[in-house]
Amino acid sequence: MAAVGALGRIGKLSSSICRNHRLIFNRSPHRRGIATCIDPAHGLSDEQKEFQKMAFDFAANEMAPHMAEWDQKEIFPVETMRKAAQLGFGGIYVQPDVGGSGLSRLDTSIIFEALSTGCVSTTAYISIHNMCAWMIDTFGNTEQREKFCPILCSMEKFASYCLTEPGSGSDAASLLTSAQRKGDHYILNGSKAFISGGGDTDVYVVMCRTGGKGPKGISCLVVEKGTPGLSFGKKEQKVGWNSQPTRAVIFEDCAVPVTNRLGEEGQGFSIAMRGLNGGRINIASCSLGAAHASVLLAKDHLLVRKQFGETLSNNQFLQFKLAEMATKLVASRLLVREAATALQENRPDAVSLCSMAKLFATDECFNICNQALQMHGGYGYLKDYAVQQFVRDIRVHQILEGTNEVMRMIISRNLLSES
Amino acid sequence: MSGRVLVGVKRVIDYAVKIRVKPDNSSVVTDGVKHSMNPFCEIAVEEAVKLKEKKLIKEVVAVSCGPQQAQETIRTALAMGADRGIHVQVAGKDYESMGPLQVSKIMAALAKKEDAQLVILGKQAIDDDCNQTGQMTAALLDWPQGTFASEVALEGDKIKVVREIDGGLETIRINTPAVITADLRLNTPRYATLPNIMKAKKKKIANMKPEDLGVDLTSRLEVLRVDEPPQREAGVKVETVEDLVGKLKDAGRV
Repeated sequence: MAAVGALGRIGKLSSSICRNHRLIFNRSPHRRGIATCIDPAHGLSDEQKEFQKMAFDFAANEMAPHMAEWDQKEIFPVETMRKAAQLGFGGIYVQPDVGGSGLSRLDTSIIFEALSTGCVSTTAYISIHNMCAWMIDTFGNTEQREKFCPILCSMEKFASYCLTEPGSGSDAASLLTSAQRKGDHYILNGSKAFISGGGDTDVYVVMCRTGGKGPKGISCLVVEKGTPGLSFGKKEQKVGWNSQPTRAVIFEDCAVPVTNRLGEEGQGFSIAMRGLNGGRINIASCSLGAAHASVLLAKDHLLVRKQFGETLSNNQFLQFKLAEMATKLVASRLLVREAATALQENRPDAVSLCSMAKLFATDECFNICNQALQMHGGYGYLKDYAVQQFVRDIRVHQILEGTNEVMRMIISRNLLSES
Repeated sequence: MSGRVLVGVKRVIDYAVKIRVKPDNSSVVTDGVKHSMNPFCEIAVEEAVKLKEKKLIKEVVAVSCGPQQAQETIRTALAMGADRGIHVQVAGKDYESMGPLQVSKIMAALAKKEDAQLVILGKQAIDDDCNQTGQMTAALLDWPQGTFASEVALEGDKIKVVREIDGGLETIRINTPAVITADLRLNTPRYATLPNIMKAKKKKIANMKPEDLGVDLTSRLEVLRVDEPPQREAGVKVETVEDLVGKLKDAGRV
């Protein structure tokens, strides 16, 4: 009888462990506490550390437990994203007067890096949504800002960024979707490809041709779901990024009010590119989070897995490999954060730095995640283990928001330009 | 009634950290180790903020005793919705020997100074598991206490507290002013929002020393040694139930 009472007491004591009644044992890799060289809190202000801590907590509690299910079942986690929006993540660098959080690009990078450790795909979509909200905030007039920004910042409505077409990816300025002016509407014809959120989102920021060829003929229109003539292709089946649907967005004589145009005619390409500068930092930040989580997973595995009579952590090759991974992670992080600061301050090197950061961080972080998978041996290939999802999810970061080849174009153009 | 609630928040080693004992067995390693607010203190802050949101109380004051880093913990409380903070500076040897007795003396002095209607604390800290500060504070103030609270309801000048006890749940009604300690199921602490974290920067944290409150920090306890729990040893397989009972009897367990 005494034994039963004792067991009951042990049961009650063990309830005193965790906040939010969550499993703490091994599922949240970023919650290891010893301040190591890869701790992403190094060098941050107290306030930034608070943002980061909160984002890590949210990622661990609200995202990480569902990351695998969202991937396997291709669920677009609307409720979780709305919870994130309630914390201010819907419009992080959108101005407060229209519902945004008014934070800096560096604060944003820190937040997306932390959220990514919970689920890369969902965080990447949140960053795209943020980019669209910022474009309307920055280039919209008062009516447009008041109409769209508050509902986007709260994620009452979701947004998509529509630039790429079947015939124009890297050569974005050659896009063909036309917008013919007819009275107080533009009539859109054409289609966009690979649109993140397409079909499930409500607000489409569309780059289309109102004028002649090249970038100067492109304008930016906000198209709302439900507009007659707006339809969507089939949901694409992807290797990763499965918690966000990807579809073609099709315009067939779709009439959009002229009052939905952001900025002037011919300004659309510039708006799109300026959106992408921040978008590139965001995507690079998502890669950082995935790499950070993967390094911690690899470290844990090395400390546990035994072969040849000792733990893998005693193997010099693996020690050195881990050290290289950590070094590349910190180097990537520094470049991304510097690019964020440069963009915030509107420095002359901002565009190049954003391209360099995106190029370097997405490439290196993919390699880090891939190495982490290798360190897991056969287990790394099983979907029971999170590391494979980090690898699959960040692979596309080397391709979208400007391929890493296009990043090289931007950088070399800056280096070789005559002035 | 002043409508003011004092909430004690303690900075402890984060619950997810693997604790290591110092080589000299004097204490655990804290340098460079991630710290955060004690989880039960988070629940206490959440309860206080909820009472304020229901307009049952007017002001939430977060209190922490410790070195400079205790301010981080107060800021977290401010980001969750506390109105202002009080940092009682205790550092060095005093901090190492500070325990529930000293903290409860400080809390009692502050409760009188701030004319608090309610003091809410976590039921225990996850580093020392003392489960004493709330009870001692109530005793020093000669106030009623509602400990291990899983439900708190203000009813005029009384408080109904549902307590989690070994036998189940006990409901008591106590007078105010009172001390309450929060148990796990009292609430689920909110995430601080980005705007609230930014607003927290502007909220005031007052600094004071234990002497200002007339509190003597001398400890009556001396820590002799800190050891890791014994390593789990291999078990023994037995063939029959009789063997099992026999072994348990030999080991004096039955």
